Amino acid sequence: MTDATYTGGKEPAKHGLLTVDARTKKRNASEKRFRMYGLAAIGAGVFFLVVLLGAIIANGIGAFQQTFIEVPVYLEEAKLDKTGNRDPEEMAKVSTFGYSPLIQNSLWKVIVDSGAETPLEDGGDVKQMISASAAAKVRDWVLANPDRVGETVDFQILASSRVDGYLKGRVSRESIAQDKNIDAEHLDLVDALRAQGVVHKSFNWEFITGADASESRAEQAGLGVSMLGSLFMMITVLLLALPIGVAASIYLEEFAPTNRFTDFIEVNISNLAAVPSIVFGILGLAAFIQFAHLPQSAPLVGGLTLTLMTLPTIVISTRAALKAVPPSIRDAALGVGASKMQATFHHVLPLAMPGILTGTIIGLAQALGETAPLLLIGMVGYIATNYPEGVFSGFLSPNSAMPAQIYEWAKRADPAYYERAWGGIIVLLVFLLAMNLLAIVLRRKFERRW
Amino acid sequence: MYDSPLRKTEVDTNASKISARDVQVYYGDTHAIKDVNVEILDKTVTAFIGPSGCGKSTFLRTLNRMNDTIDICRVEGLIELDGEDIYDKRVDPVQLRAKVGMVFQKPNPFPKSIYDNVAYGPRIHGLAKNKAELDEIVEKALRRGAIWNEVKDRLDAPGTGLSGGQQQRLCIARAVATEPEVLLMDEPCSALDPIATSQVEELIDELRENYSVVIVTHSMQQAARVSQKTAFFHLGNLVEYGDTSQIFTNPVDPRTESYITGRIG
Repeated sequence: MTDATYTGGKEPAKHGLLTVDARTKKRNASEKRFRMYGLAAIGAGVFFLVVLLGAIIANGIGAFQQTFIEVPVYLEEAKLDKTGNRDPEEMAKVSTFGYSPLIQNSLWKVIVDSGAETPLEDGGDVKQMISASAAAKVRDWVLANPDRVGETVDFQILASSRVDGYLKGRVSRESIAQDKNIDAEHLDLVDALRAQGVVHKSFNWEFITGADASESRAEQAGLGVSMLGSLFMMITVLLLALPIGVAASIYLEEFAPTNRFTDFIEVNISNLAAVPSIVFGILGLAAFIQFAHLPQSAPLVGGLTLTLMTLPTIVISTRAALKAVPPSIRDAALGVGASKMQATFHHVLPLAMPGILTGTIIGLAQALGETAPLLLIGMVGYIATNYPEGVFSGFLSPNSAMPAQIYEWAKRADPAYYERAWGGIIVLLVFLLAMNLLAIVLRRKFERRW
Repeated sequence: MYDSPLRKTEVDTNASKISARDVQVYYGDTHAIKDVNVEILDKTVTAFIGPSGCGKSTFLRTLNRMNDTIDICRVEGLIELDGEDIYDKRVDPVQLRAKVGMVFQKPNPFPKSIYDNVAYGPRIHGLAKNKAELDEIVEKALRRGAIWNEVKDRLDAPGTGLSGGQQQRLCIARAVATEPEVLLMDEPCSALDPIATSQVEELIDELRENYSVVIVTHSMQQAARVSQKTAFFHLGNLVEYGDTSQIFTNPVDPRTESYITGRIG
């Protein structure tokens, strides 16, 4: 192979180990440069992440706090229960219009007792400080506790979104110059009452559990109902996409012959994973609503549409998990006389399970945050009804979903809704984070070495 | 070069267990096995030797239809087990594999307990009526696999936690647990150290009392030590088949001689 007598060509110059030649220097420099690029890229990524999270938290954290006014409301018997026999049907005839003056007058009394000076004259002048939802809240309470009529009961009444905005720094005396909903006098009163602790901020569970509210009642709006909408959609996706996806993957990976047809299917699954989600939306609209006549805006339809979108993700990750199981395990099972199905279900599938679960949860998380397909099947909009009555109506009655609700809030004019949109993003991110964490924990727990 | 065989080299029986007639194997367009004719005897260790890629493993895998799992693989010719064509349409490969067990090159225990590894085959074939019977089968198999004494106190430990040699003996125990008639071994010692290898070799010799054993090996010394019959494969042809002592001392074909003296391979 080598010819020892070959003398042509130049002998390479000899170096000591202690001197670094130019070539090595160049190589080391380029390696160092590459590391710097990598570090810079990671640094940029971390920076953007911090900015993003910072912005979301700074903008959204306010939505979890809400301004309340502590008002001892005198539940006047002459107004609320004229007959005096506490008949619930009689009492239900008194609408919220009957309650509003009581609340306003009680608030006025608080103001007078506080000694604050104001040019305002009576309860009717301070109604802008109270949320329009207050009367309904007090009424519900009274109908649930009819024996308390005639007493004075302390209520934590939601302040109007302007007052709330004033406490959070969103509304100022300058910004309300053109605002018909509140005047500077009200803000003076808020200052005075705040000093006495009557007006205060506290954690707002209603934001997490409540329903959406009308445009003028931003302070009342909550995510709870749309969360249920998302939950029912995710149940639909999980129940459909997991079995279908896993069955399809097992067939393709373990049983299907390799021919043009399976190649074609394989290419199509990869392509489907890259199809924009709005395409699935219009497909869902055409297939489930226009063709199958399923109800519009129903979580069932949303779930079906998202199932279409999630299937390729699950199929791809399941197939990858099945591929990662060493063939020696299949051989071992077949070698002792297991059938192909026994080999797959007794040995391959359990080993692939962590990968399948991870893929499924990632797919679900993706579906949970998906908005575009929901726009097309009408799952975005004002859902005036409150909680679904049961599991059945949970699937079929119109509802929204978390991302759609956030989109809806961001569209509204009142800046109070803008804050709630950011707050909704925080809740959504907490869910996504929890799901991804679950995926990691499951993978760690079930991972086996071979 | 030629190690002394573990025991006597004379073949004990002349009863044919597997007979192959004009077997051809194709991988797509590649003709991997050409015109192989061979009689594998009962209660005998038969060694397949030959250079890499000569088709000995491929031929081994045709004997229990493991090649069925490879789409592009095609087998022609006749292979009979006790006079029955194993490629007959009526033959279910699953039943065949219960009769013709296999041990692979790399130890491949299931990632389950030692007990479950051995019990899996008997379970899926319904060999045990109850737990006591299954326990008995597992113990017997582990004893035959010459690993019982090492693992009897930790049958619940994972099979993958054993050493390489122990794993391979566990795999052998797993293969014999289903009471096969033939045991195919595809280079069972290639991933093992010399001590583990000698343990497995002793085991193979003991297994000969109950089974017909076919072993593919790269090591000619191993073939000489454990086998009574040797088949030499070259480029997909079965070049020479005969008593081990005769192949290693007095080969007929010049290719065989070149291989065993180390000139080709």
